[in-house]
Amino acid sequence: MDTQYAVVLVDSTSHAMRIEKLLISRGLGCKLIPVPRHLSSDCGICVRIKASDAPAIYELLRSNQVRINSIEEL
Amino acid sequence: MSRFLAEVGANPGRSGHRLSIEAARVVYQTRETLAGLFGVGDPLRVIFGLNITDGINLALHGLLRPGDHVVTSGMEHNAVMRPLNALQKSGVQVTRVACRPDGSLEAQQVENAIQANTRLIVMLHASNVSGTLLPIREIGQIARRKKLLFMVDSAQTAGVIPVDMQADAIDLLAFTGHKSLYGPMGTGGLIIGERVSLEDLKPVRQGGTGSRSEYERQPDFLPDCYESGTPNAVGIAGLLAALRWLEKTGLEQIREREERLCGLLISILREIPGVKIFGPGEAKSQTATIALNLEGMEPSTLGQRLDEEYGILCRVGLHCAPAAHRTLGTFPDGCVRLSLGAFQSETDIYKVTAAIRAIAKEMHGHAIRGCAR
Repeated sequence: MDTQYAVVLVDSTSHAMRIEKLLISRGLGCKLIPVPRHLSSDCGICVRIKASDAPAIYELLRSNQVRINSIEEL
Repeated sequence: MSRFLAEVGANPGRSGHRLSIEAARVVYQTRETLAGLFGVGDPLRVIFGLNITDGINLALHGLLRPGDHVVTSGMEHNAVMRPLNALQKSGVQVTRVACRPDGSLEAQQVENAIQANTRLIVMLHASNVSGTLLPIREIGQIARRKKLLFMVDSAQTAGVIPVDMQADAIDLLAFTGHKSLYGPMGTGGLIIGERVSLEDLKPVRQGGTGSRSEYERQPDFLPDCYESGTPNAVGIAGLLAALRWLEKTGLEQIREREERLCGLLISILREIPGVKIFGPGEAKSQTATIALNLEGMEPSTLGQRLDEEYGILCRVGLHCAPAAHRTLGTFPDGCVRLSLGAFQSETDIYKVTAAIRAIAKEMHGHAIRGCAR
């Protein structure tokens, strides 16, 4: 079965950098990708994660006070 | 920097391709390293600008409104004095607290200058002319007690004297990469403490940030709201390399070495007839920047001779700091400034002092011959 992905949408590239660093430090896989057009008209990047990690990552970001816009399924 | 130009070279935050992301990582790591160095929790509070002067302008023009009062010292660089002077014309009140003739500042005098409408205390950590250290920690405490914002210009100290936004109670910290952080020119900015409300600090320039591109209004989040336009990513890559070198070398080791060399330089200079040293004249109370003049010789002449005859390069004149020179008593003629760094050695101290001794001796000889005639 293909891996199901979700993306963390953020305001700024700097926020994506912070999330990437945090996820890597916790051993959570992620990849920075351009924001899919259907999710946002922004020209920036977002953090792709495994959909199954989304709840844990949401909690992790919240407890570290990392500002995000939303987590969307791909 | 070479690696960045050859292998990255993309605009951070402006696209989603791998090189743009790599550039953004370099910039973010630099923010994080600077945040660590200055005791800042959130790396996104580190704002990169054109240089430290740009950071100071953002803070002063962004924060101060007509009717506000600001307290500063009598040792400031024009990076602070010129924006304050411009703001004064638009109705901001400025009190300049006088310093002692060696450039030192009594914290109580700053407290005495506070008024009901005082909003900010701003000063440099150390003079760029005489190296005199100002008591920022004490003044930070005064600012906290009086519920004012405290801003520090760390151009002369960041990287060699500890600066900690928490411990020193600093709300706005202007920094530069090109001095004791050993980075390239054109890297610097402002770190915005948590007590500063972003609503109160207006951006001084607007433009593209790579974020919220669908909107034509400036974003309101850090760091983008204060960082419009393409950053000096190659310079920032250089700054990151420098910060790593600094971490490896150790700030304390550098300070210890500079303090020792500064003490040696001062003690030898003191023995040379005709040399007058301005500032504390005590290594512990200053950075390794020594202001001096040779009696009877213009600073520019001494500077030129040191350059042409001895290969010793120093800055002479007023050092963009007329206020400091007035305090030190060297306005308008200025002085010669010797600056030591992590790469100087005792040999360099002996060379420069021998050069000044030779020039002084020659002058002294001329003076005697002049009398005999």
